[in-house]
Amino acid sequence: MNLLASLPLYPLLSFLVLISFGKRLSWAVSSWLSVGSMGLSALCSLWLFAQLSTGEVNVITSHLWQWFSIGSAEVNVSFYLDALSAVMILVVTGVGFLIHLFAAIYMKSDENFTRFMAYMNLFIVAMLVLVLADNLVLLYLGWEGVGLCSFLLIGFWYQEKSNVLAARKAFIVTRIGDTAMAIGLFLLFKSLSSLNIVEINQLAQTSDAFSMSLASNEASDAYWAALLLLGGAVGKSAQLPLQTWLPDAMAGPTPVSALIHAATMVTAGVYLIARMNGVFIMAPEVMTYVAWLGAITLLLAGVAALAQTDIKRVLAYSTMSQIGYMMLALGAGAWSAGVFHLTTHAFFKALLFLTAGAVILALHHQQSLFKMGGLLKKLPFESALFLIGLACLVALPGTSGFFSKEAIIASLWSSPTAGESLWWCAILGALLTSIYSCRLFFLAFLGEQRFPKDLVISDHLETNHLLRGALVVLALLSLFGGLFSVDLSTVLPVNNESELSPDWLHAVAIITPFIGIAFSWFYFKRYHSKGITSLAESQSSWVVFCRNGLGFDVIYQLLLVKPYCFIAQVNRRDLFDQLIMLSAWYVGIWRDVLSVSQNGRLRWFAGTFGLSLIGLILVVIL
Amino acid sequence: MTDIPLTHVLILSSLLFTIGFVGVVVRKNTLFMLMSLEVMLNAVGVAFIGAGSVWQEADGQIMFILILTLAAAEVAVGLALLIRMQRRYRTLDIDVLSKMKG
Repeated sequence: MNLLASLPLYPLLSFLVLISFGKRLSWAVSSWLSVGSMGLSALCSLWLFAQLSTGEVNVITSHLWQWFSIGSAEVNVSFYLDALSAVMILVVTGVGFLIHLFAAIYMKSDENFTRFMAYMNLFIVAMLVLVLADNLVLLYLGWEGVGLCSFLLIGFWYQEKSNVLAARKAFIVTRIGDTAMAIGLFLLFKSLSSLNIVEINQLAQTSDAFSMSLASNEASDAYWAALLLLGGAVGKSAQLPLQTWLPDAMAGPTPVSALIHAATMVTAGVYLIARMNGVFIMAPEVMTYVAWLGAITLLLAGVAALAQTDIKRVLAYSTMSQIGYMMLALGAGAWSAGVFHLTTHAFFKALLFLTAGAVILALHHQQSLFKMGGLLKKLPFESALFLIGLACLVALPGTSGFFSKEAIIASLWSSPTAGESLWWCAILGALLTSIYSCRLFFLAFLGEQRFPKDLVISDHLETNHLLRGALVVLALLSLFGGLFSVDLSTVLPVNNESELSPDWLHAVAIITPFIGIAFSWFYFKRYHSKGITSLAESQSSWVVFCRNGLGFDVIYQLLLVKPYCFIAQVNRRDLFDQLIMLSAWYVGIWRDVLSVSQNGRLRWFAGTFGLSLIGLILVVIL
Repeated sequence: MTDIPLTHVLILSSLLFTIGFVGVVVRKNTLFMLMSLEVMLNAVGVAFIGAGSVWQEADGQIMFILILTLAAAEVAVGLALLIRMQRRYRTLDIDVLSKMKG
């Protein structure tokens, strides 16, 4: 048992202890257990990362046992660590540790505290399995485990119906993507007869049968496999057709939003595409789809974020839009830029969510932006941290978000699978990002105080140094995380064509956020003078349309949910059920006949006994 | 002694058996049911004796003695039950005892 295998073991042990003893554990014990196990994991992954970065070894593997075998192909429970998964485990355990620390204090007064921490630990286990898996089946196990934990945690406060509905929605919507991914796995196994990730990436490049179609007008296996994998990634990463679950998922406690719906789980789709780069390279059309999906999602999510009133929903839409950037990068072939943005995004989005959680708690669970205002004076510390997070989000020069987002935008112009129109989409997205970020900041932190003057700021979190420490570490990572760029060239292919782009591109990309900031400054200054109420009460159809996520929910409700429920209603007495009921009916008839014969009359018994004996003898004789 | 063919013995035996069986089934009075049962046992006894004399073996007669003792024991128990039944229900109608209904 080496260090790599023990990485998911600590949270798993902690989960088992917490879930078996439940409420019998005190707050101190359960938080020490869960946070401590995460700390151990984080230390282990730091150590492993250090081993990799010395350059002596490129890959660390750990074979635990054989899960099952199909023909000649073995499916093992074994872990595989290279530069890509090393970055991921650092993010998962590092950011996860800080969020656990925050959650232990944030959820302290909840009566189901141990259950909460147990689910958080289980989530980390599933995520680590997903990231470290050396074959696609084990990856799928982690993938589903992550989905399960997301369901459990969104519906954590299950006493309220809306939370349960949100959890159910997240589960069902991601399941659609998962089904596509499962079919993709079958297809990959059928055409390459292997499920090992490294082997698939190699075979995909060498096998002609995989990348070439048999008939000229038919799509190749590589095309379909990449498309199906993309389906899985789209579901988990909340990209365009399957994005509707993410804003509703904000029903969960804030640390959950930070951990799952910003920093780690939603990036699983990005990781999957980066991991399976060998397959995607063989299908350039699909890479273009990836880029376009990302671009459209980032624009739509940016527009939707402009009209939200709930602070967490703004952040949720911005998550969608930032993941759109990552998809755009992957689609353009800028693999390492996408993964780099994933890392920095994990830092600053965790910071934003946790600070938002602190603000919400300080205002006694007030989430509406129009009931905040003027928080800069009341909560200067949180405001400063939030400002740092937003600066990273809009990619101000010098912050980590700047390095990663510029790397993405720079790669788009000359990429063979992306192009100039996508570059303009990305620039427009950056403009939208800066506008909605400024709107969020102006509404929540500047202006007049719009919550009751006598409201006492809850000092539940204010006093805790540990909590502040966690936030400060995240803020430092968000600011300077961009300086440690990891060399992923051993794992991901590199393209060196960005020198062909014209010079003015960089200038435009750097200036864009400032244009957005200036625009929103003047825009909100107007409202500052005549009062914010006119903005809050804006009921114009466009605003409502954007607030409701651009009508996707309505369309899906009308086109998918309603017909499905109708069919289910019609087929309530299921046809196939009736077939099965036929056999039950047959048995029931015989039951009735035989129970009539049991009338308790001795003469009847004797008579039937004798007659059947005669019948039996006759049968034997004849 | 003239030989009686086995077929005749068996016809007699089965006739007696059928009479006894019909008696058991159609009679309501438990006393008559018991008597019909005796007829059935004797029918079997006739069949054994007949077979024993055809094959010149003692087994048939041994079996008949066995049946005879069995019948005696059965009558003893059956009559005791009948007395109990008469005391308890003041009737010998077997259909009164239909508590075994499933």
